[in-house]
Amino acid sequence: MINKVAKSGNIGKKIRSDCYVTLELKDSGGIKIEQKSKVKVLYGESNQKLCIQILEFFGIKNAELLLEDTGALPLVIAARVEAAIKQVVETDKEFLLDFIDENKYSSEKEKFRFSRLYLPGNTPSMMLNAGIHEPNGIILDLEDSVAYNKKNEAQLLVRNALRGINFYGAERMVRINQFPQGLNDLKYLIPHNVHMLLVPKCEGAKQIHQLEEKIEELKKKHKIKQSIYLMPIIESTLGVEKAYEIATASENVVAMAIGLEDYTADLGARRTNEASESFYARTRMVNACKAAGVQAIDSVFSDVGDMKALCENVKVSKSLGFEGMGCIHPRQIKVIHESFAPEQPEIEKAKKIVNAFIDATEKGLGVVSIGTKMIDPPVVKRAEKTINLATKLGLINKNWREEFLND
Amino acid sequence: MTKQVKNAVGRMIPTEINGEKTVPFKGIGKHRPQGRKYAPPIPTAIDYPDNGNKVIGSLEEALVKCGLKDGMTISTHHHLRNGDLVSNTIFDVAHKIGVKDLVWFPSASFPCNEPIVEHLQNGTINRIEGSMNGPLGRFVSQGKMKGTAVLRSHGGRVQAVQDGEVKIDIAVLAAPSADFFGNANALNGPSACGVLGYATTDYLYADKVIVVTDNLVDFPNMPMEIQGNYVDFVVVVDKIGIPEKIVSGTTQITKSPDRLLIAELTAQFLQESEILKDGCYMQAGAGGTSLAIGYYVHQILKSKGWKSHLGFGGSTKYMVQMLEEGVMEHIMDAQAFDLGAVASIAENKNHHQYPVFNAYNFHSKGNLTSMMDIMILGATEVDVNFNGNVVTHSDGYLLHGIGGWQNCLHAKNVILPIPLFRDRIPVIKDEVTTICGPGEMIDIIVTERGIAINPRRKDLIDKMKNSTLPIKTIEELKAEAEAICGPSQKPVISDEVVAAIKWVDGTVIDVVRKVID
Repeated sequence: MINKVAKSGNIGKKIRSDCYVTLELKDSGGIKIEQKSKVKVLYGESNQKLCIQILEFFGIKNAELLLEDTGALPLVIAARVEAAIKQVVETDKEFLLDFIDENKYSSEKEKFRFSRLYLPGNTPSMMLNAGIHEPNGIILDLEDSVAYNKKNEAQLLVRNALRGINFYGAERMVRINQFPQGLNDLKYLIPHNVHMLLVPKCEGAKQIHQLEEKIEELKKKHKIKQSIYLMPIIESTLGVEKAYEIATASENVVAMAIGLEDYTADLGARRTNEASESFYARTRMVNACKAAGVQAIDSVFSDVGDMKALCENVKVSKSLGFEGMGCIHPRQIKVIHESFAPEQPEIEKAKKIVNAFIDATEKGLGVVSIGTKMIDPPVVKRAEKTINLATKLGLINKNWREEFLND
Repeated sequence: MTKQVKNAVGRMIPTEINGEKTVPFKGIGKHRPQGRKYAPPIPTAIDYPDNGNKVIGSLEEALVKCGLKDGMTISTHHHLRNGDLVSNTIFDVAHKIGVKDLVWFPSASFPCNEPIVEHLQNGTINRIEGSMNGPLGRFVSQGKMKGTAVLRSHGGRVQAVQDGEVKIDIAVLAAPSADFFGNANALNGPSACGVLGYATTDYLYADKVIVVTDNLVDFPNMPMEIQGNYVDFVVVVDKIGIPEKIVSGTTQITKSPDRLLIAELTAQFLQESEILKDGCYMQAGAGGTSLAIGYYVHQILKSKGWKSHLGFGGSTKYMVQMLEEGVMEHIMDAQAFDLGAVASIAENKNHHQYPVFNAYNFHSKGNLTSMMDIMILGATEVDVNFNGNVVTHSDGYLLHGIGGWQNCLHAKNVILPIPLFRDRIPVIKDEVTTICGPGEMIDIIVTERGIAINPRRKDLIDKMKNSTLPIKTIEELKAEAEAICGPSQKPVISDEVVAAIKWVDGTVIDVVRKVID
C-alpha cells in the first residue's frame, strides 16, 4: 500500500461537469460513500451504485469515499474514482464503461484535416460538446494542458472519453506527452479506437520508430488491425532541420504540424503576428511534407477573439502550402474551414475528375482518365472530397453533375 | 387538506388558495372574468395641499398616514432590478411599527431582496404574490412561507388588479426623478433606469400611492410617466438604488461556443422558414443567447436590405444599434436593460416607452405580443408535448419568476433556444416539473444538437422539409440527452402546495409543491 488517502478530479467555483473524489482506505467498516452534488436529487442513487461497483471491481472492501460533484457524467466519475484508487492500490486492472456505438468509426489517410480542436485532457466540460462544432479532428491533449501531477488522472479521463463521448465523426486524436513519458500514454489510447497520435517535440525518425514499436506491440495484444496515424509536431530548430526525415519515418505519418510557440523560444526570437521569424521553419516544413507526400499543418492562432486576424492568418497559411491549422476555440473552426475551403478552379478540376470516375465506373473501365491523362485512385478520392466539402460548405449544388454535363 | 381538482392540462389544483376560491385552468382563451374593472376609492382634491407639495418627512410617516395595518397588500415595481434599495425598507418600517401579515405584491424580485426572508420569518409578511428568485424561491420551496405564494406573469399582474383579484392597499413606487406633486419618470437622476412601465398598474389602481425618490426636481417633472394626481405622498431619501446593479453597464453577447451555435442555428432557422422577413415584428430578451440571435438576425436583415418594423424591449444597446443603423424602425420598451438603452430612450424619437400595461394585459383591447412574428424565449424545462416550465428546476425548487414569458407565448412564432442539458440536467422531459405554458403555444425548440418543430405547426414542418438544418423530433432530442446524461431518478416532492402558478387570465395552471430534502 502506497498511502491511504487519495484525491482526484477538479473542484472550484468555475468548474462544471466534473467531480472531486477523496478516497480513504480503512481497515474495517465496509464502504461508506458521501455525496455533495447539485444533481443529487436526479443522479444520487446511480452515482452511489457506480462508485460501489468500481470499488468492488478493484477489490476494495473498507473505504470512505467523498464525491463532490458538479454534474459529472458517469464516465467522468468513473475516471476520477479509478484515478483515486490507483493512487492507493497497485493494480493493472482497468474499469471500463461501455464503448458507445457512435464511436466505432474509422479514419483514413487522405482525410481533410483543416481544423483540429485542442481540448485539455483533464477538463471534461470542454469535451462533451466539442463534436457538435464539427471540427475535422478533436485532440484530447495529455501534454501541455495537463498539470504534471494530473497526468495519470488525464490518461484515464481521455481513455473514458474515447470510449464514451460522441465526437460526431471528428477524427479522434490524442496528443501524447513528450518522449519518453509519451510511451506510457499509449496503453490508455491504442485499445480505444484512437485514430491519430500527435507526437510533440519530434526531433528525428528514431522517436517515431520507438513509438511505432510500442504501438505495434499494443495492437498485437489487443488484436487491432487498423492503422494508427501519426502527426509529429515540429517544435524546435533541430526538428525543423530533420523535417523530411521525420515525415518519411513511417507510412503512418500522414501529416506533420508545426508548433511555433516552442520553436520561436528555441530560436531565441519573439513570436510576432507577422511571423517573419518563423518563415523559414514553416516553408522548410511544408516543403518536407510535400516531398514526403504528407499533409502540412500549421500552428494554432492564439487570439480567440479576433476572427478577422484569424482569417488573414489562414489565408497566408494556405498560400504557403499548409493544409490545416490547430484551433483552441470552437468558434475558430468555421473561419478556418471557410478559409481553407477549395477555391473555384480547384472545384472545377475536381468536378472533371469525379465526372470521369463516374463515367469510367458506369462503363466498367478499370482506369480513370481525362483525355490521355490517367488519374490515380488517391487523386480521385481527393477530388471526391473536394466536391463533398464544396457541397457541404454550400459552394456547389448537390446536383452539380447535371449542371456539369449540361455545360 | 383542501380538495383538489384536475385542470385542463391535467394538473391537480386546490379549490382554495389563501382562503380564496380558485379557478382551475380551463384551456387557452376559455376564461373571461365578467363585470366592471376594479377601481380605487374616490379621492378629493381638497384633501391635498393647495400648493401641490406632497413631500413628507419619511417613508415611515408616509406609510402610517396611508393607514398601514395588518393584512394589507403592499406593491412595488422592479425597475431598479438588483439595485433596489426601497422595497426591503418598507418591511423594515412595517416590522418596526409592529404590523403583521402583509402581502408583498412586487412586479418581480431579485437577489437583493433576500432580506425579505427575515420578514417572512418574523411574521411581518404573510406571503409574496409575484416572482420568487433565488433565496426567496428556496424559502418558499421548503414550505417555510406562512401563506401560499402566487406567481403571475407581468400581464397577469395587471389582469389580477384590473379584475379585482388583487387589491393594492399601498403602492410604494421608487422614482429616479420626481417633483413635489409626485410627477415621476426614470430618465434622469443617479438611479435612472429608463422607464417605469411596470408601475402604471400600481399608481392607477392602488388605494394609496407613495413615490420615493432620491432626485427631487422642479415642478413640473416632464414627461410624467407616473402622474402626480394619483400620488398621495412624496418621500425623499438619500438613495433609491445602486446604479451599477440597476442596469448592467453592458449587456454582453454570450461567449460560450455552444450557445453561439444555438444562436446561429436559430437565426438560420428563422431565415429558412421565412419567419424572418422584411417588416417583421420581433422580441428577444437580454440573455447572452438572445443577444447573439439578435446579432445574427441583424446581419441577415442587413445583407438582405430588410428592416424589422418593430422590436419590443427590454431593449439593449444591440437593439439600439439596429435602430440607429436603420435596420429596425421602432423600439417599444417596457424596460431598459443597459445604459445604452436608457440613453436611447431619452434621445431617440423612435424609441418609445410602452408599458406592459398595454402590451401583455389580458384585459386590454388587444395585445402587442400577439402581433409579434418572432418571439425568442427561454425555459428551465420543456416536455415532449412542448409544455414549458420557467419557474422550477428539475429538482423541484422554485427559483425563477414568470416575467412576461406567458404573455409572450401569444406571439405568432415562439422559439425556445435552449441547451439540451445543463451540467447533466436534461432540459427535455416526459413531463415538465411545473407547467407554466401549454405546449400548443410553443412552436420551435432549438438546441445545440437539433431543432424540434411542434407537430401542430405542419406549415413549418413542410417548409423545412428540405433544410440542411438538423431537424429532429422532440422525442429524438430527449433520447439523445438521456443517452448522454444517463437515466435519472424522480425527485421526492410532497403533496403540500407552496405556490400557485397563474395563467394570464387568472386561472391556476399549476402549483408548486414542497420539496423534501
